Formats: sequence, C-alpha cells, structure tokens
Amino acid sequence: MTEIQPPSPGQYDETLTGEHPREHYQAYVDWLRATPSLTLEQKRNEADTLFRRFGITFNVYGEEEGTERLIPFDLIPRIIPATEWQYLELGLRQRVAALNRFLHDIYHDQDILNAGIIPAEQVLTNQQFQVAMLGVDLPGETYAHITGVDLIRASDGEYYVLEDNLRTPSGVSYMLENRKMMMRLFPELFLAQSVAPVEHYPNLLLDTLQCASEADSPCVVVVTPGRYNSAFFEHAFLAQQMGVPLVEGADLFVRNGCVFMRTTAGPRRVHVIYRRIDDAFLDPLAFNPDSMLGVPGLLSAYRDGNVVITNALGTGVADDKSIYPYVPDMIRFYLDETPILNNVPTWQCRKQEDLDYVLENLDQLVVKEVHGAGGYGMLIGPKASGDEIERFRQLLRNNPANYIAQPTLCLSTCPTMVEEGIAPRHIDLRPFVLTGREVRIVPGGLTRVALRKGSLVVNSSQGGGTKDTWVLEGSAC
Amino acid sequence: MLSRTASNIYWMARSLERAENITRLLDVTHNMALMPNSKGGQQELLAPLTITGRLDQFRERHQQVSAEALLDFFLFDEQNDGSIFSCIQQARANAHSVRDRLSSEAWESINATWLELRHRRQRGIHHEGVKGLLDWIKQRSHEFRGAAYGTMLHNLAFHFMRLGTFIERADNTARILSAKLEAMANQHDSNQAIDFYQWNSLLQSLGAYEAYHYSYTGGLSVRNVTELLILSAELPRSLRYCVGSIMQLLVVINGDQGLAAKRLCAELQARLEYGEVDFILEFGLHKYLKDLLRRIHTIGDEIHLSYWEGA
Repeated sequence: MTEIQPPSPGQYDETLTGEHPREHYQAYVDWLRATPSLTLEQKRNEADTLFRRFGITFNVYGEEEGTERLIPFDLIPRIIPATEWQYLELGLRQRVAALNRFLHDIYHDQDILNAGIIPAEQVLTNQQFQVAMLGVDLPGETYAHITGVDLIRASDGEYYVLEDNLRTPSGVSYMLENRKMMMRLFPELFLAQSVAPVEHYPNLLLDTLQCASEADSPCVVVVTPGRYNSAFFEHAFLAQQMGVPLVEGADLFVRNGCVFMRTTAGPRRVHVIYRRIDDAFLDPLAFNPDSMLGVPGLLSAYRDGNVVITNALGTGVADDKSIYPYVPDMIRFYLDETPILNNVPTWQCRKQEDLDYVLENLDQLVVKEVHGAGGYGMLIGPKASGDEIERFRQLLRNNPANYIAQPTLCLSTCPTMVEEGIAPRHIDLRPFVLTGREVRIVPGGLTRVALRKGSLVVNSSQGGGTKDTWVLEGSAC
Repeated sequence: MLSRTASNIYWMARSLERAENITRLLDVTHNMALMPNSKGGQQELLAPLTITGRLDQFRERHQQVSAEALLDFFLFDEQNDGSIFSCIQQARANAHSVRDRLSSEAWESINATWLELRHRRQRGIHHEGVKGLLDWIKQRSHEFRGAAYGTMLHNLAFHFMRLGTFIERADNTARILSAKLEAMANQHDSNQAIDFYQWNSLLQSLGAYEAYHYSYTGGLSVRNVTELLILSAELPRSLRYCVGSIMQLLVVINGDQGLAAKRLCAELQARLEYGEVDFILEFGLHKYLKDLLRRIHTIGDEIHLSYWEGA
C-alpha cells in the first residue's frame, strides 16, 4: 500500500535495483509495501514527540542561546548484510590500527618520515601536530581510543572512506537512541529478522576507557564544554550510560601533578578523561589562554603520565585532509598489509603532476583546502560557475600545497520518508571503532541522510537526518 | 559527587519547590479574589507579593493590584524570576546540565513539564482557566516527585535534591506564616469572618487544611494553627518536619564537609523538637519566626560553603 519511489538510473541504491529489492532488503520492503502510509506517518509523529520529550536534541550555534533542535529521524532503516559488514569491520580495524601506529611513530622515531613515505613537512608543520607530545609514552601506545570513520558507497557499489575522525567524533548516542526508537515503534520487525545489537556500546566504551589507564580501579570522567555545546546531549548520555561523572573544566584542578575533581566530599583523583573538547581548549596554560573550558596544568599532568586523556592530544594530525591520502601507505608501511578499504582517489596539488591534472579537469572535481572543515574553502566543479572555477584556478596556482582534489563521487541512496512520499536520498555511514587492549566495533554505526533531493550534505547542522543502521546476522550477501 | 552537580540538583529542587509554593499561594489568592471584599478578599491579593518580597518589582510593572495583574506577574512573566515560568525554566536548565544524574523518568518528567508550560504560555491563561492551569502545575510537581522517588537511586544526588526541597519549603512556610501575621496585626477591628477566611487560606496555601481538621476539633484557633505549622512532626510542610528532614539529610551526606551546617541545623531542630506552642506565643510569634528564618538562611549559606565551595 506504500509506494517506494525507485532510484534514478546509474545511481546505486542500498535497497532497490530498479523496482526490485536487494535480497537482504526483501523482507523489509515486503513489510513496507504492505504497511499503510498513514501508519508510517503516525509512527513518525510518535517518534518526534518522544525524541522531544526525552530531550534528544542538539544545540545550534549562532541562534538564540540554548536553542535545542531535533535531528530529523527517518523511520526507514539502512540495512547491511552480515558478510558485507564483516568486510567493513576488517577494513576498519586495519585502518585504525595503522592510524594509531602512525601517531605513535610521528611523536617518537618518525620512521615513516625518515623512510620518505610521507613528506616530513606535511606532518611537522601541520597545525594539529602537537610538539608537546614528542617523546611522550602513552599506555598501550594508543592515541585514538574512539574513532569515527566516515564511509560512503559510490555508484560503482564500492565503499570508500571519506574521512577519519580522530579528535572527538560524535553521533554514537543517536545511533543508540535510533535503535531504541525503532524497537519501540516496530517491535514486529525485530522479531522477524535478527538485527545485530548495538546496545552494549557504552559498556565497551567504559571498558576501553578503564583499560587506557594503568591504575587499579581508575576513575573515569567525561569532560564536556557544557550544556550549550552542540553535542551536549551525547556527552550527558554517554556519562549516564557508563555511570561516570560528567564534568566541566571548572570541576577539575591539578595539584601535585595529579588531576582532581571537586566533589561534595572534597577532592577526588581522576585517572581517565574522556574529553569532548578540542586540544586548543584543554589547558589554558599550554594552549589558548582565553579558554574557560580547560584545566590549568592538565598538559603537564598528562605528560607526566598521571592522567590519561582520550583521545590523546595531537591525534588531529592524522585526520587532516593533507594526511588522508597517505593512510593506505601507512597500512602498507606499518602492517605490511594491503588496504582493505578504499580511499577516495585524491590528487595532491602540491605534486606538479597532480596539479596539472587538476587544473585541466577543474569542472569535474571537488577541490578542498587541506585544513578546511565544514564545507568552507571548497570548489564543487560540476556545480560551479565559470568565474568560480577561474578564481580557484588562480588560488591553486598561488598556493598549490594548500589544496587537494577528488572526483565528485555520488553517494549511494536509501529510501527515505520525505514530503513527496518515500524517495531515494543520499546517505553515508559512520561506524565507531574502540581501541583498548583489543579493537572493538559494534555492528553498524550512524547513518546520516541528506533530506533534500539531490543534496549530498548529510551534516546535522545543515539539516541532515539520521537512520537506524541494521546489520543482519547470518544473512547472505 | 561532583560539587557542581550537587549544586545544580539542589537548585533544581529549590526552583521546583518554589514553583509549587507559588502555585499554592496563587490558588488561594484566586479563590479569595472571588470573595466579596467584606471577607477580606482584596487584602488577600497582596499576600503573594509580600510573602515573596516582590511588591516593589510588581509596582514597577503594574499600576494596581488586581487578580489579573497578579496572575500575569506570577504565572508567565519572564522578567519576574520568581514567576512559575521562570522557576520551571531555571529548574529545567539545572536538570539539563545534570541530566546524566537524574533517572530518565525524572528527567523526562521535568522536560515534558517545561515543553508543555511553554505551549500553555503561548495559548494564554484563558484557554483552560486559571484553576486548571494551577492544578496542572501541582500535578506536574507531584509527578516529578513521584518519578524521582520511585526511580532514582536514593543516593547523594537524591539527598541533595531533597535538601533543596526542604530548605525551600522551610523558608516558604516561615515566610507565609509571618506575612499572614503581619496582615492580621494590621487589621484593627476584629472581624470573625475575616479571621476565619484568613486562617483558612493560610492552611490551604500550605496544603494543610485537611490536616488541621483531622488533628484538631472545634474550629480555627491561633494557638492550634501555630502549633500545627511550626511544631507538627507529621505535617510535611511544618517547620519542625522540614528542619528535621534537613538534619537527616545532612547526616546521611557523607564526608567531613558541612559541619557548620550540621551544628546550626541540630540547634534549630532541638528548638523545634522540644518547642512548646505556649512558649512561642509568649515569646512573640513574629520575633520567633524572624529568628527562625534567619537561621534557615544561615544553614543554606553554610551548605554552599561546605559542599560547593569547599573542595
């Protein structure tokens, strides 16, 4: 009874090939087509009301202070078959292992730079490279305890890594809340199919954080910039689910080289800080002196090994766009393995050969500033005007090292409830990789969806939504 | 527990209790405003302003004291930080920043109240009538308390929440009592009808009307009302009950902090525990209450010093 708009030709859709569902989607699509659209509409309203009531929101900057918005939640799940997930999981483990090895290396012997695999200036002059971390030994040599890897699937049906997030990746709370909501609204679907559970993520996270310290029974805290931060819901959610204190910088202080929190029973020693604030705000003595968010003296306590900060300081250098093209090389160099997950082909304009190609094909490429984020300093060739292309040509000639270029990839689509009914919309996927004594990943991740037709922008700050992500257990590919 | 968290939970509870207290006052005020003036109705209108100490602030915003202006000022006025709207906004903000320490049911209760209150404010008072709105706020207050009691660990966070509730409640009871006394002292001609409505409204605003008639027979008397509201061990809004609860809470909050608060509270508790109504009346009710209020404030200050500024 419910119509599903088919994808356009040449477009990879997760659910349908033409009119027909893919094998792992068959059961769901049968159910969807048999469900009255009015029922879906009611479920959607119910979900909105519940999300609002639970206060599952994100805060928007630049609007009235404390404006809390709901992230649009789409009822139609993104489904991944078990075999496909196994392959993704292997690739993620491999990638994150190499990134951690890379971080340890550049703050110690710098083998990869000495071997000439990555040009030293790319790393050492990077804004995210923290000189203060040179020679600092971290427990387990782990830098990125929590990594969010953004994956897309292109028109060729292949997965590509779009970006590694090693600083303070967010979104895992929506992954968990989306699942809770789906189980509440559609229990019958979960009875009919085996959807791999994700609910134990907070346990794994706590275990990962505890293992990061060598203390006997380490005191773990989550540090948030406060309730006006866009991801405050997530900070509070994770602290609550793990049963650890949610603290702000002002709740902590350093005495005799150790970190303490102010409690009603006096100071209490803190061993592990899961920080959700950027490096630059962590310690006003070492970094931004104007920051009210941090803890004076934290860096020195950290360097002395008296507290563990997750993720480690200086991890940002590994998720920079100028370093991204080298991740496959890192995998070969440190692990002596063939990379499992593809990078998006990337031209580095600092190389003459690449620059020539990019200048030649500007109208077909996406050009990005290496340190840019959030869509600033970007050229989308196929959509740009002649003037804009000429402007970028000039920018590239003046400072080629500041840019990389990639082909315009078309993200796969997934049927999504929008005003015009159920229509294909572009999606990506952010799984979360935990690195403790072992590497652990809950099956799935956060699927983000661009709600506007044709849009590739999935960011929640730009009106993107989310979907529940199902990994089907025991399903064929 | 984290000092900031304790402080937020304490102030959340104080704001919620304050909202409930104002609701009770307005409820009575609203009833009295419907009475003919001969029963003291007009004078009752002033009570919420004198009790909360906001007469001057009110006069800046309104020309004259009317039931309508009062409701406007105390229900939804954002600029009055003692309005129900402001109190719940503040309580929800406190709860939001420590939502990880509330049970999800307690958090949802306060969050839903806040969302619904904003709706009701947009729609205006007349939509459902004053009485309906006041009843709704009281119910929401009960619901939150129920959710917190029934679903939160009765641990430190809970104790600090209760501490906030009882400090605010003790303060409120003492203020209402002294304001009423003042109002009645200013009435030169003794009028039994006025007296009756005055005492009645006092009991109602403290939710103690049924309790009074259950405990005493033979009509309303100053002596009995005083005894009930100050010395009853059973009435949850009596001063003795509130101070006793504060004492119990201070004792179960572990650690060496808070010694000054405990000492002051123990002294006050002994006074109330072994107090006699005849002594109080002889001493002077007004003087007695003034001293009591001062002591409650000092205990509140000491709680601040020891638990959130001490670490």
